[in-house]
Amino acid sequence: MNEKMTPLLEAREISIRLQGRQLLERVSLQVGQGEIVTLIGPNGAGKTTLVRIILGLLKADQGEVVVKPGVRIGYMPQQLALSENMPLRVERFLSLGADRSASDFATIVDELLIGKLLRQPMQRLSGGERQRVLLARALMRRPELLVLDEPVQGVDVTGQAALYSLITEIRERFGCGVLMISHDLHLVMATTDQVLCLNQHVCCSGHPESVSQHPAYLELFGAPASARLAVYTHHHDHTHDIHGDVETESEEHSHG
Amino acid sequence: MDDFLLRALIAGLGVALVAGPLGVFVVWRRMAYFGDTLAHSALLGVALGFLLGINLNLSVILLGIVLALLLVAMGGNRQLSQDTQLGILAHSALSLGLVVMAFQTSIRVDLMGYLFGDILAVTASDLLWVWGGGLCVLLALGLFWQPLLSLTVHEELAQVEGVPVARMRLLFMLLIALVIAVSMKIVGVLLITSMMIIPAAAARRFSRSPEQMALIAAGIGAIAVALGLAGSWHWDTPAGPSVVVAAALLFAATQLGGKTGYP
Repeated sequence: MNEKMTPLLEAREISIRLQGRQLLERVSLQVGQGEIVTLIGPNGAGKTTLVRIILGLLKADQGEVVVKPGVRIGYMPQQLALSENMPLRVERFLSLGADRSASDFATIVDELLIGKLLRQPMQRLSGGERQRVLLARALMRRPELLVLDEPVQGVDVTGQAALYSLITEIRERFGCGVLMISHDLHLVMATTDQVLCLNQHVCCSGHPESVSQHPAYLELFGAPASARLAVYTHHHDHTHDIHGDVETESEEHSHG
Repeated sequence: MDDFLLRALIAGLGVALVAGPLGVFVVWRRMAYFGDTLAHSALLGVALGFLLGINLNLSVILLGIVLALLLVAMGGNRQLSQDTQLGILAHSALSLGLVVMAFQTSIRVDLMGYLFGDILAVTASDLLWVWGGGLCVLLALGLFWQPLLSLTVHEELAQVEGVPVARMRLLFMLLIALVIAVSMKIVGVLLITSMMIIPAAAARRFSRSPEQMALIAAGIGAIAVALGLAGSWHWDTPAGPSVVVAAALLFAATQLGGKTGYP
């Protein structure tokens, strides 16, 4: 990353107290163009609070957030608590964020494999489907900065990996900066450029490998799962696509 | 058809056509109790209108605005849950309205008329208020439909996407206050919320999009008005409550036919 470039987003020394509890203390971070920054931390560490402050949804007591002028932000919220009483199909939901006639509507729909879902009610989507639809809505704004709050929530393990690799692809395709929250460092290892381990303050930060070895990280999360569990290394003769359907790797393997 | 019955029908249809589309938002945003609170406080608006000698519709609208602002301000108070705040406001405003009215011995107020509506006594100027106010509300709903919908689906997402959330929320409360003010005389402060909620709930089953639900709710409300007035004429029952009973029966009918789930 070119250090001299103006970052898309810079948060400086953010502090906030809510209801007598110090939620964040002097937290700073930067997201540059094409960079993926991941926030990890235990429950109640202030990850979502920090993101809300960055998005301007909440005001910090101290510190400032500087977003590069004119930067479009795509936001993928953690939850979507839609009333059962609202008839809302996926296509209508998407059109709330961007114009349906936009030229890249179809491209994004194809890319996120949600073409089959367009005429379904939002309330009937599975966890993984809902996350992809939310991501699609964020992308349709052609964001220069993507903010993702727990993008893999409610997605099964294979789907999680697929979603993360999709996020990496998106970063390359759109050249946007990404700020995301994750609960598991090892899942985002391959995806992220920089990790901030947050627990009210920044405990440690840096490249994912170095963070995973950092004493502050180990104290918060304990030894990595891989050290405690014997990992069964094996090779699959097929993979699951983002739907969970089986894709055989016919080019690499010949069966029979 | 008698003149007064025709006026009643026109007034009732005016209320139904605007209460339906506004009501779907009340249902989606789970604000039924909020609507009730504004409606109950309308009686205080009437009492204050008498006291100050200003137009009653106007005083009800003004009080609605004050209460909406008060609720927004109270929203910051996390110590009391919102339903408790609303409960306090709704019933104290209603009681205060009754107390203020009792002090005004010089005027005889038709209390039952304000509580449950007096649709058969609708005058030409009432019609003007209902249809004029109603058209304003529908116009505003049409203009701000997309941001209001976006806000209803996910408030924070809407805000990040540039919807002026605080202003839209206020606008929505104003629209409710306006509808209550103009339809108070027709269905009464205790029943007006039902004209927003029951047709909207009945419309849910047949709707595949938000817009469809708003239109169907208006239609079901209009049918309820016609049926209720006919019933009231036929069996000599009170008109406002008869309309609400008709709406409730229509809602019950839509729930028949098994649990197929929503479309």
